[in-house]
Amino acid sequence: MKSYKILDNKDTRSGFGVGLLQAGQADERVVALTADLKGSVKMDSFAKAFPDRFYECGIAEANMIDVAAGLATAGKIPFAGTFANFATARVYDQIRQCVAYSNKNVKICASHAGVTLGEDGATHQTLEDIGLMKMLPGMTVIVPCDYQQNIQATVAAAKHVGPTYLRFGRPKRPVFTTPDMEFVIGKAQLLNEGKDVSIFATGHLVWEALVACEKLEERGISAEVINIHTIKPLDVEAIIKSVMKTGCAVTAEEHQLNGGLFDSVAQAVIRHNPVPMEAVAVMDEWGQSGTPDELLKAYHLDSDSIVGAVLKAIVRK
Amino acid sequence: MNVNELNCVATQVRRDVLRMINGAGSGHPGGSLSCTDYIVSLYFSEMNVNPEKFTMKGENEDVFYLSNGHVCPALYSVLARRGYYPVSELATLRKFGSRLQGHPSISHGLPGIRMASGSLGQGLSVAIGHALAKKLDGDKSIVYTLHGDGELQEGQIWEAAMFAAANKVDNLISAVDYNHQQIDGRVEQVVSLGDLKAKWESFGWIVFECNGNNISEILVALKKAKSMLFNGKPIMILLHTTMGFGVDFMLDDCKWHGTAPNDEQLSAALKQLPETLGDY
Repeated sequence: MKSYKILDNKDTRSGFGVGLLQAGQADERVVALTADLKGSVKMDSFAKAFPDRFYECGIAEANMIDVAAGLATAGKIPFAGTFANFATARVYDQIRQCVAYSNKNVKICASHAGVTLGEDGATHQTLEDIGLMKMLPGMTVIVPCDYQQNIQATVAAAKHVGPTYLRFGRPKRPVFTTPDMEFVIGKAQLLNEGKDVSIFATGHLVWEALVACEKLEERGISAEVINIHTIKPLDVEAIIKSVMKTGCAVTAEEHQLNGGLFDSVAQAVIRHNPVPMEAVAVMDEWGQSGTPDELLKAYHLDSDSIVGAVLKAIVRK
Repeated sequence: MNVNELNCVATQVRRDVLRMINGAGSGHPGGSLSCTDYIVSLYFSEMNVNPEKFTMKGENEDVFYLSNGHVCPALYSVLARRGYYPVSELATLRKFGSRLQGHPSISHGLPGIRMASGSLGQGLSVAIGHALAKKLDGDKSIVYTLHGDGELQEGQIWEAAMFAAANKVDNLISAVDYNHQQIDGRVEQVVSLGDLKAKWESFGWIVFECNGNNISEILVALKKAKSMLFNGKPIMILLHTTMGFGVDFMLDDCKWHGTAPNDEQLSAALKQLPETLGDY
């Protein structure tokens, strides 16, 4: 079993800030927009380096998304960043008509997603956004797992042509990926090989899955851990290859069960190679205030919950 | 083109609009007829465009965004008559497989269309984005938009209005087809827009007004508007128009917002609009 160490403890959103600056340095077509959240979504360094290519839109997200669509029409690569709720639910029609349907090269950058947002509570803890975005034809949906991977994902999003949704979180979480780990949009990342169960995780729950993997090892269960950092297009081949070997699967996500990673993986598994599946996700509930770790535990999204789901899945084999 | 020639084009466009909507059996004639004179003036007199080589980016050419997408029959006819695609294609409006979708779409690849519209209130923001990109690129050409008056009830319009003034988007000329009609009745009765000129001015825009169904007046207003470009402020033209202009029984009646003329009504309407450039 591969062992992953906590290399650092950093906020995933800061990885976006680093990646955006790098993307801006590499390509002058890259521009950035925010809706009064420059600091929160870590756009400060881009704004400082490229003041002419940075647009402060104020608290007006609908306008921001469509301004981005206009910039993209004129050949720019706009990154529009705000909190995940305001980047999706609040502006769904703008994204639907002028970004997705009109096939514009806009990068929608959604920070503070999921219950790990913590104390702000349910109004801001978006748990529906992956579903909203993946339903739009042509939309690429990326959910990096930590600070380091968010740098890579942001740089990759700039090079990818087409509507893209990039979802990440606010708090400091363990950093365990390294720059030498290859990040390719649409290509799942095999983090640990195993034979008894496949754990497909995304975002901050990838680390929880790795911790669960160690706990399972102590019980003599060999878990395969795969990071599904791209929900759409889904790496169906990697998923099917894994479940053919292990015979059961668990998904883990900081999102509603409806519309999230479980939906996507289950579609692939049912079509190609049905196996017992269990889900670690938010079960049709609203979030609430608390620390990220308190909330992961309370909503059964932590490593122990993943272990529990694995035990249930294995029994059903 | 002189005013007489532009009027001839406008008359033919109105014929096209009515024949297209009748052929489709559905569509929006009222607003299409009220905005015809403005779109004809833009494409046949004022805008620097390149119909033979349409590009999404529109580098070094003027670009136009139709924000109230439902009046697209007028734009489709103007684009065809201006040479973007064959006029024969106008017969396919709203038909399966057509590039002339019920509301403008880019996914079907119709030259001249840069953005889908139909869900209202979005075109101003899009145009501002394009205008900002032109500024970054040092491209001195102009971005134009057209909006319905009812559309101004959408909050996003005012987000965009505020943003454009704050960012000195001064390579933009927007216009409102102020025909006072929307689906549920007169705009003043549905939700009044109040003093529209004062509203736009208070948002930091330069505002001009003209009779939007009189091409001479439109050209004067556009000349004045163009003289104010690149002065740090966005520009708005309020086009005072009449819904259904050109067809007596459609005038100023919201019933014609979204009703197709039947064959009898079409024939009565076409008698008021002589064929000038040849029907498609």
